[in-house]
Amino acid sequence: MKPLVFITVAVLASQLAACGEKVQTATPRKADQKVWQSNDPAYTAAGYKAGDAAAWDAQNRQRTQAQNEYNRTR
Amino acid sequence: MARMKFICDAERCIECNGCVTACKAEHDVPWGVNRRRVVTLNDGIPGEKSISVACMHCSDAPCMAVCPVDCFYHTDEGVVLHDKDVCIGCGYCSYACPFGAPQFPTNGTFGLRGKMDKCTFCAGGPEANGSEAEYEKYGRNRLAEGKLPACAEMCSTKALLGGDGDVVADIFRTRVLNRGKGSEVWGWGTAYGKPTQGAPAQPVPKEPTKS
Repeated sequence: MKPLVFITVAVLASQLAACGEKVQTATPRKADQKVWQSNDPAYTAAGYKAGDAAAWDAQNRQRTQAQNEYNRTR
Repeated sequence: MARMKFICDAERCIECNGCVTACKAEHDVPWGVNRRRVVTLNDGIPGEKSISVACMHCSDAPCMAVCPVDCFYHTDEGVVLHDKDVCIGCGYCSYACPFGAPQFPTNGTFGLRGKMDKCTFCAGGPEANGSEAEYEKYGRNRLAEGKLPACAEMCSTKALLGGDGDVVADIFRTRVLNRGKGSEVWGWGTAYGKPTQGAPAQPVPKEPTKS
């Protein structure tokens, strides 16, 4: 009797083992927002208006030129 | 439309590691992961040269070409980003990258390799700009805040320039003309291509035949 119970429990346990498997379906890559679309105005640069592509371009040009110390020294 | 690029001026870099510190602090990068690092050639010998290295956001990115799950993408500004929800941490990108940019955090008791982490040009990832989820996975999105990468903006000697490729190249060109040396830009050709690359092959002139 005991071996029969043991075999029954073992079979049931092996059948339930698959229940712990995670689903392995591939997830596609998410689409990104445009760079000028900001949801958090708390940290935006002073004078920059988020949500406008032209404003972002102008801001980008200004910040990049700020790395040119010749603008200050010459 | 801007095309974002990095330039590191080896004539100016003083190996202060300020860029590395700024990056780690700005993005809360975990221990063992360095999105940016400073490499010194001929260290200790007069004439040593240092360069700050991170993902260069290549025009034709090899990491993107080898990724088996297609987790990389180019933004409109030319920044190479990846989706950590898709990345499986296989490490192929690490072998393909000529700059050693992809980093892999060790997770758990057995030091399992986690999902790839790299410089984002401070542009976050595919999560909503400035969201908590984006910060947790990729760090700050300074570009969406109207700023440039923290490493470049805080570089004390302005050796590291980051921003629109045309503008930073112009700044560098002016420097070279003023100092009259140091025109070599390390990694520029590898990342963004050389002028001759992509051009049609020139016809080989035929040798005159002897009659």
